[in-house]
Amino acid sequence: MTATVGVVCFPGSNCEHDVVRAVRAAGGEARVVWHGEERLTGLDAVVLPGGFAHGDYLRPGALARFSPIMDAVERFARDGGPVVGICNGFQVLTEAGLLPGALRRNRGLRFVCTTVTCRVESEASVLTAGVPVGTLLELPVNHGEGSYACDEGTLRQLETSGQVVLRYLANPNGSVADVAGIANRAGNVVGIMPHPERASSALLGSEDGLVLLGALLRSALGTPVRAEAAGERRAHTPGASAGASRSAGASR
Amino acid sequence: MNVSRTGVSQEGSGGEIHRSLGLTDEEHSAIVGLLGRAPSDVELAMYSVMWSEHCSYKSSRVHLSRLPSAGRRVLVGPGENAGVVDVGDGLAIALRIESHNHPSAIEPYQGAATGVGGIIRDIFTMGARPIALMDPLFIGPLEDPRSRYILDGVVRGIAGYGNSVGVPTVGGQLTLDPCYKGNPLVNVFCLGLMRADRLVLGRATGPGNLAVLLGSRTGRDGIGGVSVLASAAFGPEQAGAEADKRPSVQVGDPFEEKRLIEACLELLDERLVVGIQDLGGAGLACATSETAARGGVSMEVDVTSVPLREPGMSPVEIMTSESQERMLAIVAPEALPRVKEVCRRWEVRATVVGQVLAPDPDGVGRLRVREGLDGPVLAEVPAASLADDAPRYRRPLAPPADLAERRRRDPGRLPAPADCGADLIELVSDPSWVYRQYDHQLFLNTVLPPGAADAALLLCAAPGIDWAGRALALSADGNPGWCRLDPRRGTAATVAESVLNVACVGARPVALVNCLNFGDPGRAEVMWQLSESIDGMAEACDALGVPVVGGNVSLYNASGGEDIDPTPVVAVVGLLERLERRPPAIGWREGDAIVLLGATVPMLGGSRWARALHGEPDGELAPLDLELHARLVELVAGLVAAETAGSPSGLVTGVHDVSDGGLAVALAECATASGTGCLVSGVASHAELFSESPSRVLLATPDPARLLSSAGAAGIEARVLGRAGGRRLVVEGLVDLGVAELDEAARRLQRAFEPEDPAASPGRPGSA
Repeated sequence: MTATVGVVCFPGSNCEHDVVRAVRAAGGEARVVWHGEERLTGLDAVVLPGGFAHGDYLRPGALARFSPIMDAVERFARDGGPVVGICNGFQVLTEAGLLPGALRRNRGLRFVCTTVTCRVESEASVLTAGVPVGTLLELPVNHGEGSYACDEGTLRQLETSGQVVLRYLANPNGSVADVAGIANRAGNVVGIMPHPERASSALLGSEDGLVLLGALLRSALGTPVRAEAAGERRAHTPGASAGASRSAGASR
Repeated sequence: MNVSRTGVSQEGSGGEIHRSLGLTDEEHSAIVGLLGRAPSDVELAMYSVMWSEHCSYKSSRVHLSRLPSAGRRVLVGPGENAGVVDVGDGLAIALRIESHNHPSAIEPYQGAATGVGGIIRDIFTMGARPIALMDPLFIGPLEDPRSRYILDGVVRGIAGYGNSVGVPTVGGQLTLDPCYKGNPLVNVFCLGLMRADRLVLGRATGPGNLAVLLGSRTGRDGIGGVSVLASAAFGPEQAGAEADKRPSVQVGDPFEEKRLIEACLELLDERLVVGIQDLGGAGLACATSETAARGGVSMEVDVTSVPLREPGMSPVEIMTSESQERMLAIVAPEALPRVKEVCRRWEVRATVVGQVLAPDPDGVGRLRVREGLDGPVLAEVPAASLADDAPRYRRPLAPPADLAERRRRDPGRLPAPADCGADLIELVSDPSWVYRQYDHQLFLNTVLPPGAADAALLLCAAPGIDWAGRALALSADGNPGWCRLDPRRGTAATVAESVLNVACVGARPVALVNCLNFGDPGRAEVMWQLSESIDGMAEACDALGVPVVGGNVSLYNASGGEDIDPTPVVAVVGLLERLERRPPAIGWREGDAIVLLGATVPMLGGSRWARALHGEPDGELAPLDLELHARLVELVAGLVAAETAGSPSGLVTGVHDVSDGGLAVALAECATASGTGCLVSGVASHAELFSESPSRVLLATPDPARLLSSAGAAGIEARVLGRAGGRRLVVEGLVDLGVAELDEAARRLQRAFEPEDPAASPGRPGSA
């Protein structure tokens, strides 16, 4: 049995096809969900992909949070369903209040498209469940506004409860504490700036992103992370052992 | 039918109006002759933009016909919005290149951004999904503050538009040279992929069908862009002083374009349109007259139905506005409801603005512009007269009077440098500062990204088109140094280099498009350069078997009476039949032998060494043997393609052509790419080290004997230069430099724009 991932397409999204392709490469099933829909049915996980939803006008994500589909995404997340925002999707999740903090313009005020090394910092998320802490992944980044910012109290909370899931080894954008990705307290909502889907083929240079997408697919099939578990740090999700053996091959 | 006059009539005005619109007195007389009466203001405005140099190619057309445009793969050649070429498996590519030079000189961000937007529309107009962009840039030196401002704005504009619209920028070229100080060049190339059976043409057919305007509302931006801006040289001041032309630059909206792409591709998927054409230069006047002329029909347009961005726009403004992100679709009335439905979903405006009619009783297809459907006729002209009847000028041409003298001023006479290493340090330049600002990975197609190899390599796939094993190689090239000395041989050498670049990633060339950037056509020397350049391109394309499927001519690249050096830019697309493994790229492995294919002619004319380091732009250009070059291309493509098979031969582990900066720079780039030095011997002189003589490739191999015998069998001279290894680049007797030192020296762009390297100072917790 494979998990089915819904990939939300807002007008201006552009990575939706890539995520579908990469999820399939990771062994899952995926389909594009239009932002104007009001229901998420038959899905085991939801990805908000990269791009420029609604042109990023006003602020990245500021308009997308009002798209009709976002109510359903919120309900899905509240019910413990895995929700992952990649790049622009991360920005949408912070604007929608599903994740704390905000993404600001890159240090240097320039768009950056390059490949960076990231370190897995926590297994307590649907995207990193079963991926050993310390695993190094080569992942592309591609953003103009990817500098994660939050107040000190939030950062302390993120750090102490294992919500920082991914950190840059060499910070490309000035993110606070080199944060590349975070989860909510329950671990079922994750936002990351790097693009795992862009590292899903050896022919294109890296398969490291499949480690994360594979974890997402396993999390999606496992017992959903309960909303009431919020606040408690989860030790493991089902399928963690399989994930560990798989990710070991990719760690460097 | 009476054509009513809007505003002041031409009579008695002394002809200032047509001159201020960029028309000559003779052209005005030709219009009067064509119509048999004085034109109305709307007519005059439409002729002025359609007969502009930019739209009509009136100075270049007589020469362009000499380019070879036929080939067994060619589905659509020059003359349409883009060339279309069959790439097998029922798939076709659409490709085109254009200039946006003058807008970028005046307003770098929007100039470059709208250049990207325009070229993308040309591609999806044909029914293809745009999958890649390349941007060859030619800009003044970094020491010049205005040139720095232009480069920064242009790169931001390309990034701002291209990234947001969702088309990856996978390659380009950056040349910094004083000749572009007053007139930078911004060329934009786009490649699209489609199923061959979905090809659509910009043709209006079927009387009764509707002309539907899609996309943005029409505003006052870009009026006269093609005429007063693109078809005139800059004055004595630098372009910056020409702020009064800024309103002629359009303003781009990539979000609108993204929705327009998706909506149009969906309309084409559902076969809801019979023809479609983008609105670019010359706006509605161009799109309506061209579609009507191609379809041989008449068309009526009602200016009052065009959605406007601001009130009070005159019919002249409406017909000639170059507002971006608009398309004209020809739609059967019964398909209109579904067209509107698709557009509504993508939040794209769709408005009926006209109708296709049978040709007039005299057999002529006319474009009629009305104010209200049954309102007064503001313009009534034979559609083809706008599109095809522009004057064709056989302008005087003559080689520069001092040509012989220039060729005698050869840099070979300059003294040998005391330290070739110091010169090499000055010549290395890493363009990653530019392409790191561009999304070059979208669509999961990019096998070899910018900087990795001599050409970008992409999977032949797109959203909705699954990958079936083939790959496309792309290279864009231009070299003013070579073309100044000898526009004919220089252009041939440019084509040769571009073709060799795609061979270096294992591909065979299938098509070429060109962007001919030249100076003021009123000067005989410039017309001679253009004519020679076209002949050189034709010779090279014939010899190398590459059809020219489209092009663009940009003239009047001059400021203060100084023309740019001739800059023909070519973009070549190559096809790799089977990709199972990543091909070798620029670089080598410790212990590899370094082999040079091709013979070095120790001539320095036109080289970066002479031009950039010694301010000597003149001299003699090294010879080019096209027949030998074709054999070299075949040899290299074969060797590299063998490495991309499921079980690679392992013979070639690195590959890099020798061009800009000569052998010295090629070696340095291999060393910095791999972080491994080399020990090379048998390079006799600085001339051999920095010569840019054509038809040479560096290969790294674990088995030099086998490689030499392959080369010998192909009739290509080859020799072992030395071995890769260590941390220093050593050319015996000439160069001894640390690889790290070269790496640091190459980052001159980054130093110019980002004195502090962010990547070098990782943020610590709480540091932001």
